[in-house]
Amino acid sequence: MKILVAVKRVVDYNVKVRVKPDASDVDLANVKMSMNPFDEIAIEEAVRLKEAGIATEVIAVSAGIANCQETLRTAMAIGADRGILIQTDVELQPLAVAKLLKAVCEKEQPQIVLCGKQAIDDDANQTGQMLAGLMNWPQATFASKIVVAGQLATVTREIDGGLETVEVPLPAVLTADLRLNEPRYATLPNIMKAKRKPLETTHPATLGVDVAPRLKTLKVAEPPKRTAGIKVADAADLVMKLKTEAKVI
Amino acid sequence: MAILVIAEHDHTSIKAATRNAVTAATKIGGEIHLLVAGSACAAAADAAAGLAGVSKVLVADAPHYADQSPENLAALVVANAASHTHLLAAATTCGKNFMPRVAALLDVAQISEIIGVESADTFVRPIYAGNVVATVQSADPVKVITVRATAFEAAGDGGSARIENLSAGPDLAQNKLVGRELSKSERPELTAAKVIVSGGRGMGNGENFHRLLEPLADRLGAALGASRAAVDAGYVSNDYQVGQTGKIVAPQLYIAVGISGAIQHLAGMKDSKVIVAINKDAEAPIFQVADYGLVGDLFEVLPALQAELG
Repeated sequence: MKILVAVKRVVDYNVKVRVKPDASDVDLANVKMSMNPFDEIAIEEAVRLKEAGIATEVIAVSAGIANCQETLRTAMAIGADRGILIQTDVELQPLAVAKLLKAVCEKEQPQIVLCGKQAIDDDANQTGQMLAGLMNWPQATFASKIVVAGQLATVTREIDGGLETVEVPLPAVLTADLRLNEPRYATLPNIMKAKRKPLETTHPATLGVDVAPRLKTLKVAEPPKRTAGIKVADAADLVMKLKTEAKVI
Repeated sequence: MAILVIAEHDHTSIKAATRNAVTAATKIGGEIHLLVAGSACAAAADAAAGLAGVSKVLVADAPHYADQSPENLAALVVANAASHTHLLAAATTCGKNFMPRVAALLDVAQISEIIGVESADTFVRPIYAGNVVATVQSADPVKVITVRATAFEAAGDGGSARIENLSAGPDLAQNKLVGRELSKSERPELTAAKVIVSGGRGMGNGENFHRLLEPLADRLGAALGASRAAVDAGYVSNDYQVGQTGKIVAPQLYIAVGISGAIQHLAGMKDSKVIVAINKDAEAPIFQVADYGLVGDLFEVLPALQAELG
């Protein structure tokens, strides 16, 4: 069974982004980039399914600029067998990425597509669900546990009220939540080995996909900042201020 | 042409977040229809008809809508999308699950978690964990939108919409619910609470978390929340998590205990009216957003706080 994992190159989660002076976008110049943390969890899960003898091949796919190769090499250092880069300089939005992944799915015929549940840059939380819709496959999002047996995936999902367990027939799209697993650190030998793994490059036009953005960003801004308030001396002081000053208790 | 809001419900009543989505719809302007897809859901449809601002409730009542599977729900919404300019749902785990599927099937973009409406085609939404807000314009014929509930007031009652039955779509049978483990609590729901007491890694363990924070929450009539670190450490279950990828809350009072204040946590609570931080580390980033900071050992502060409140 093949598993396809979609990985996105995003601003590292420790970086506090800044808005460009002309408010057109966030400033990504000289900012540290990493694999989207949820996608790292997705790759880890796919590799574990391979180690458990359920998957036979793990393919990492990324879409974007040439530097996304680094993200694919990271995925291969964790244990993906090969990588596919869909290279373009166009700003990619979730619908376009879902269409690109659909084209790859039609060629590669995976039984499972794993995605991170959301990217920490645009916080869209859409691509996996969109791909499932375009493929007319079932979807199990926000997974905290995945068990694959035969042609069935049993997925525990994190929902607002607690947990939910669903069964979906394969092929299906699954998206990873935070607690699905703890991704391993790529070891130096594996990073070296990843450099020799096959990495294929294709383009949206080759796949026959129109990736033109549907949403236009008119401006970006920093939200109004909260200012630090005051320090209180002790519990009594706190209760007094909450009662008489803030009037919230 | 009208706006269709897809209601979230338990088949008998409408979930609170749907009321906020209705308010977002009123800001866009136009007639508002509410879709209730469920099983034996007449009571939910009646409740929907009573929401202020709603002119029509569309009801699809069939056994295969009982579990709200995203495949069946999305197919039904798509089948009834025509004659609607906007499709809205609250950005809950339910709305986030099926709405992007709807958007893809209609070949349009989704605008996720809007916090503001500029016009019928232009919306404001947070990106980068809420550290940046983007104003985006959609040229798509139908706007598919999820709504961040804390950014809009809840629509009240007093409406008297007419109820219209829809024919149910086929059961796609792609998704079988095995079971749900829902947290049961007498406390208010996290996303609707006026006061929230939230604990972090500083609580040390699950026993401390419950022993020290529950009495405080009960005294204040508060909901209990947690940081990701506390959930990852197993102190409490996932549904307590407040943050970028957990719940977004904006109560009147948010008390953060033993929470350092990672940006991913701040993303979920920084719109609270009053923030209190209790932490032994005076340099903790949580103090930069707190209205009232108390530097001290929470194991001493919490009992003292409890005693002060009486």
